[in-house]
Amino acid sequence: MPGGSKNMTTYLLRRLLSSIPVLLGILFVTFALGRWIPGDPCRAILGEKATDAVCDEFIRRHGLDQPIHVQFGYYIREVAQGDFGRSFRFSKPVNELIVERLPITIELSFSALFVSILIGIPLGVISAVRHNSWLDVLTMLWANIGVSMPVFWLGLMLAYVFALALKDTPFQLPPSGRLSPGILTVPFYEVWNLPVRQGTLLFGVLDFIGRMNILNALLSFNLEVLKDAVRHLILPSLALGTIPMALIARMTRSSMLEVLGQDYIRTARAKGLRQRVVIMKHAFRNALLPLVTVIGLSLGGLLGGAVLTETVFNLSGVGRILYDAITARDYGIVQAFTVVIAIFFVLLNLLVDLSYAYLDPRIRLD
Amino acid sequence: MTQETQIVAALDAEGLSLKSVSLWNITLRRLRRRKSAMIGLAILGVLVLIALTAQWLAPYDPYAPLIGVEDVRVREAPCIHLFGCPQSKPQHILGIDGNVRDQFSRLLYGARLSLMIGFSTVTFAIAIGTVLGALSGYLGGWVDNVIMRLMDVLLAFPSLLLAIAIVTVLGPGLINALLAIGIVSIPAYARVVRASVLSVREMDYVSASRALGGSMTQILFRRVLPNALTPLIVQGTLGIATAILDAAALSFLGLGAQPPTPEWGSMLGAERNQVFTAPHLVFFPGVAIALTVLAFNLLGDGLRDALDPRLAHIS
Repeated sequence: MPGGSKNMTTYLLRRLLSSIPVLLGILFVTFALGRWIPGDPCRAILGEKATDAVCDEFIRRHGLDQPIHVQFGYYIREVAQGDFGRSFRFSKPVNELIVERLPITIELSFSALFVSILIGIPLGVISAVRHNSWLDVLTMLWANIGVSMPVFWLGLMLAYVFALALKDTPFQLPPSGRLSPGILTVPFYEVWNLPVRQGTLLFGVLDFIGRMNILNALLSFNLEVLKDAVRHLILPSLALGTIPMALIARMTRSSMLEVLGQDYIRTARAKGLRQRVVIMKHAFRNALLPLVTVIGLSLGGLLGGAVLTETVFNLSGVGRILYDAITARDYGIVQAFTVVIAIFFVLLNLLVDLSYAYLDPRIRLD
Repeated sequence: MTQETQIVAALDAEGLSLKSVSLWNITLRRLRRRKSAMIGLAILGVLVLIALTAQWLAPYDPYAPLIGVEDVRVREAPCIHLFGCPQSKPQHILGIDGNVRDQFSRLLYGARLSLMIGFSTVTFAIAIGTVLGALSGYLGGWVDNVIMRLMDVLLAFPSLLLAIAIVTVLGPGLINALLAIGIVSIPAYARVVRASVLSVREMDYVSASRALGGSMTQILFRRVLPNALTPLIVQGTLGIATAILDAAALSFLGLGAQPPTPEWGSMLGAERNQVFTAPHLVFFPGVAIALTVLAFNLLGDGLRDALDPRLAHIS
């Protein structure tokens, strides 16, 4: 439909434009927080170990001797160029750390989301179809408990059960790390012999993708690594995915119950359609919309929860580095990662809104 | 008999009276019919009782190590006489922690802290959120624009992450953690209040109040804000659950309550590396957090359904 696609483009543009003030606001908040630190801003951001010479250079580079609005200008320019300075604690540029760590967190968040959708939706559908049965009661009980458990506690308990209590059984799972010792991964771009030079943007992107073990193993057809990476990711994903799983199950159930009560479902049944067709084709598709909202709302919790899950399962992602940075009171790293994750979160929300508009034409026509 | 007295007589016969049928009575009656909300309320009642009487219930001092006082070892497993633990050993029903303290006593005192955390952060967020939301909705124009865009920005961060950033700046500690959680939860309340204000701003009774010369604060507090009370109570109850979870998470990361404070999250964080050797030190604080959060969630859900009958048939 030409009209529809035009509407969608206008909607997309409008939505993109409206994210600009939010992005600026995010930068302002993180910038203001950095200036809020009591005492010497240089040592607060670079850490206590920064020398005078380093601090002088830092003050000059960030224009800390300039008026505050000029300083904010400098900050925006730096972030736009992807320049987050150097970390003295890790003695490398912060953006290198981001390329190293962020893929791990993204991989964890998405696999948790995958687990929660994979289990949450069927649970919700079955609950709605078998409304008020013991299965329904059990699912809702589980959903209530699921949203109430602290992520880090669930993680520790899963580690205890699957690594210690079920040791030497087929259900044993590794409680920490991303791969077993001795398992080596080769980046997929090397397997494919892609002629990319280090330091280029393309290399950065490929490197970023290559650091997600599961994706990398799939792309380089390495089944052994794939199996090991998946085994390591099961417990963290279950821990992180439980809250969204519970939310999704609840939302699917209530949304399905609402749809199942509609007249057109009765009509479909009256036509003699099979139960499965009625549920999947007529009811479920219409119950999908509120689900997109819940998934969108869960994303923030997932990214925040990933920080906790990583500390529990010793995964060297954003969470782990944030934890180290917090202990060292290295605000520079906390600031950089907060900005990057918040921007990533805004983009994800944009994607959710777009899929919403795609699923429901009324939204983009409004 | 007039029609009205007939109705009163009929209601009296059923044990009801005209006066008592207020929104709160209806809500309470609906709430009482919801089993899950009643379970939540019961758990909450027990928790409040524990919090109020912790100093009498706790068999030991939650801060004092038992070295030299009793013959117990670091991280000793629970010893319950009823379940066969020898009478010669001192009874510690939830075991001993890493600093040789009675975990059960610390857990009881923790209830006090958790409830305090939940209520104080939500009160703070509701107070600020209400003022911002009311101004935004009532004044409209650029005030509305500035406040709501600021709220959008706060919502654009994953909440725990923003709280982490704020505490990193302010410095670790329970008060700073509470402040951080309070700040990140303001937008939710501001939005709820703004929506309610917008829905009644142009109503006749508000215009009448304005025409009678009522001041802005008077109109806001007497005529407009009471309409926001219902959604605020629901949001607030569910918000306490989130606040307790977030505070526990910050304490777990070492950003919230500091040792030796008996806070569940920090108790769990302190012993997390011992999960394989002394699982009881991780298990019980987590159960305590989950139960408290569950209670507020159940009650919040029940209140929502009771206050908004349109939803009742769905969940």
